[in-house]
Amino acid sequence: MNIKLLLTIAKSLLLARWRQTLVAAIGVTFSITMFITLLSFMSGLNDLLDGLILNRTAHIKLFNEIKATKDQPIDLSDKFKSSYHFIHSIKPSNARQEIYNNGAILKALHSDNRVKGIAPKIIAQVFYNVGAIDITGVINGIDVEAENKLFFFNDYVTAGNYIDLLNVPNSIILGKGAAEKMLANIGDVIQITTPKGDRIQLKVVGFFQSGLVELDKVQSYCSLTTTQKLLGKSSNYITDIQVKLNDMTTAPILAKEYANTFGIDAEDIQTANSQFETGSSIRTLISYAVGITLLIVAGFGIYNILNMMIYEKMDSIAILKATGFSGKDVNTIFVVIALSIGFFGGLVGLLFGFGLSSLIDQIPFNTASLPTIKTYPINYNPKFYTIGITFSLITTYFAGLFPARKASKIDPVVIIRGK
Amino acid sequence: MSQIVLQAKGINKSFHDPITIQILKDINFTVNKGEFVSVIGKSGCGKSTLLYILSTMDTDFQGELLIDGESTRNKKEGQLALVRNEKIGFVFQFHYLLNEFSVLRNVMLPGLKLGKYSEEEVEHRAMQKLKILGIENEAHKMANQLSGGQKQRVAIARALINDPLIIMGDEPTGNLDKKNGKIVFDIFQELAQEFKQTLLIVTHDNEFANSTDRIIEMEDGRIVKL
Repeated sequence: MNIKLLLTIAKSLLLARWRQTLVAAIGVTFSITMFITLLSFMSGLNDLLDGLILNRTAHIKLFNEIKATKDQPIDLSDKFKSSYHFIHSIKPSNARQEIYNNGAILKALHSDNRVKGIAPKIIAQVFYNVGAIDITGVINGIDVEAENKLFFFNDYVTAGNYIDLLNVPNSIILGKGAAEKMLANIGDVIQITTPKGDRIQLKVVGFFQSGLVELDKVQSYCSLTTTQKLLGKSSNYITDIQVKLNDMTTAPILAKEYANTFGIDAEDIQTANSQFETGSSIRTLISYAVGITLLIVAGFGIYNILNMMIYEKMDSIAILKATGFSGKDVNTIFVVIALSIGFFGGLVGLLFGFGLSSLIDQIPFNTASLPTIKTYPINYNPKFYTIGITFSLITTYFAGLFPARKASKIDPVVIIRGK
Repeated sequence: MSQIVLQAKGINKSFHDPITIQILKDINFTVNKGEFVSVIGKSGCGKSTLLYILSTMDTDFQGELLIDGESTRNKKEGQLALVRNEKIGFVFQFHYLLNEFSVLRNVMLPGLKLGKYSEEEVEHRAMQKLKILGIENEAHKMANQLSGGQKQRVAIARALINDPLIIMGDEPTGNLDKKNGKIVFDIFQELAQEFKQTLLIVTHDNEFANSTDRIIEMEDGRIVKL
């Protein structure tokens, strides 16, 4: 009963000066709108930039690095066990780049439930022949379906159909930059030279554009079998296994585990791309800082308006107290006023924020380096909306609390006598 | 022996700003149930200050105040608010209605705060009080649409809503013209005689005071005549 009465009093006080209330609420609405829009936009951009690398990168890459073995023959000899070994000019032996016994490794990874998926890969250094000139290039032999499922291969194929890599024998999807250098169109046949000196002709079935221009000048894609054929290797030859995990954060630990278990090199995404992690966390930090500043500024606006309101309502407060309302009641009334401004202003702000970010989502955004992006990216994460409304309630609560406490401490006599 | 409603025991009060001045000096008196008492005195003799102490709004004093036999010492702010709500009706020199509310709502508010009756019942009682004061037709107007005299009558209706033990008035006719002042005085008289309402009215209008049951005269912070 008491609370209901205080609520109706708060409502009457709010509506009696609805213009003032509206100004306060608009302040909150504006800041929440900007908070939501800013965060959605910034984090959309962030995801886009991260995606450029993270989508294309395996969480763990298993491969055989060309390097000298850790255990040199002299280490194995009992005779020199207690001696210090000076060995100069160690060279790696003529080791194969392929992953030994990869069938067993693939099988083990398939049955590991921490793994979301795996895509075997062959990396082959080649030369693209353009007339008399040879351009260095890299052909990635990929498991087309797995690559598309795990690394969104199709998103980056700007012309042609990615599945033609499987359907058309001896086919290649050229990097956009490489294709331009070679003046190659879809349907053309290009010639490459393998490291062993064999010349092989491949049919162009598509163009690939990763967004990283340097990469596109060099990289091309073939199916696994085509690549094995052009290298003259058997059908179990692969040089890399790309592993995508269910939880990306476990990559460093699992990478170590796999390196030990399978006796090969393993590189996790955090190590390979540490600069992205840093960049994206700093960008997030900045957008939150700006957003929260907006909310605090709005909070001060509400504080001012409530302060003014209380000075105007001195007489009313005095009369409420004289007729038996306690300081606590008066406090409650003004906190309710502040919270309802925060709640309704915030709610409208969420709607406007959603509207404004959907509007930004419609603005065309075409850039050569980002083939899949047609409009500005927006992240509609419900987290932002939750933070927005929570923060608007918290700031308005505190903005209301201090004037409300002042109001509750007002001695009615002081006001009445002041007349 | 009639029932004592309000008792002041050795009340002293000083202001300390800018220098200490004693405003009230050893005030002792009682108000019995059904009495119509007026407090008179020159401007600055401390009669308003006394009234604020008696109404529990001012707690900064020495001595003891008993309302309905209960001491107000050691009561917290919330409890005092409850005492004011339930036992004291207050009429100020300026009407002090809440302009954000209708006349009826203004009268109802202390009743709703007390929460003794349902909202419908409080409304019904408020209408009754307004009828007693002859302003039931104005019930649904906003408070700031009334004339000064009407506002003061609404304030009296509000003071009556919880059937208080005592109604206190701080120069309730001071801001009104003669005609309206007369109306308000007649209402007090009617309340005292017909409803046996206890009244304690501070005034500097001797004519007003002379028609009350009992006059307390103050001078320089002391009671000179009981």
